[in-house]
Amino acid sequence: MRKALALAFIAALSFTAAGCGEQQAVTVYKQGQYQGKPDKQPWDNDQFKGDKVAWEKAVKARNHGQNEYARSATN
Amino acid sequence: MARMKFLCDAERCIECNGCVTACKQEHEVPWGVNRRRVVTLNDGVPGEKSISVACMHCSDAPCMAVCPVDCFYKTSEGVVLHDKDLCIGCGYCFYACPFGAPQFPQDGAFGLRGKMDKCTFCAGGPEADFSAAEFKKYGRNRLAEGKLPACAEMCSTKALLGGDGDVVADIYRNRVLKRGKGSEVWGWGTAYGKPERQPAAKPGAKS
Repeated sequence: MRKALALAFIAALSFTAAGCGEQQAVTVYKQGQYQGKPDKQPWDNDQFKGDKVAWEKAVKARNHGQNEYARSATN
Repeated sequence: MARMKFLCDAERCIECNGCVTACKQEHEVPWGVNRRRVVTLNDGVPGEKSISVACMHCSDAPCMAVCPVDCFYKTSEGVVLHDKDLCIGCGYCFYACPFGAPQFPQDGAFGLRGKMDKCTFCAGGPEADFSAAEFKKYGRNRLAEGKLPACAEMCSTKALLGGDGDVVADIYRNRVLKRGKGSEVWGWGTAYGKPERQPAAKPGAKS
C-alpha cells in the first residue's frame, strides 16, 4: 500500500515538474526591434534617406486622403 | 505613428473584388494564393453583407506565437511580416490564424506545399527595400514609398480603409455619425431620392 502511494506521489511530482518547463507561448514585442530580422525602417531607403518626418507626412496625407467627407467643403 | 490597421466597412463593400485584383496585380501573386479575399454573408439574400479579409496584423499575433522557427517579426508600425528564408511551410500559422490569412502555394503533381505567403500591408520583407529579391518573395514595398496598401487606396467605395489605426478609426466614426442608420445608410432613398407621390389617374383617362 505504502509502495503504491509512494509511486503515485513520484508520478504526480514528475507531472508537476514537467509543468514548470513550459515555455512562454506569447511573443514579446519590443519597440524598434524586429525579433532579430534584418529589416529596416520604411524611411531608411533611397527615397526618404532616413527622413522619418517626411515619411510620416507622406503616409499621413495618404491616410487622410481616404476620408471622402474631408474632400468637400460642405462637410 | 500608431499601428497600421485595416478596417472594412460592411455597409459599403459591394463585393467588386477590386481589392483582391489590386493585391494580385501589385505583388504579382501566383495562382492559388489569395492574400486578400472578399467574404459575403447571406449571398444572394436581400441585405447580404460583404467584407474584405486579409491579414489583420494582429497586435498579439497568434501566428507569431505558434511558429516553430520564429520566422515572424513585427515592425515598429505594427505590421506583421515574416522571413521566407526561415519559413519551413509547416502550416501551424494557418491553423492559428482566425482570418485564414496565411496562404501556401501548391506546386507539382503531389501538391507540394511551399513557403507561407500572406498580406504584408504592402511593406515588403527583410530584404533590402525596392530590391528584386524583396519583390519576388513579398511583393512591392509601398510603405517604404510613403504609400498605403494598394487594396485600400484603390477601393472604389472606400469600404476598405488602411493605415494609421487612429486615423482610420476617426474616418470610420465620422462616417457612421453622418450616414445615419438603418434604411438611411445606403437604401433606395439614398440611391434614387425619396419616392414622390404620383397624382391619382383620372377615371377613364388613357395611361
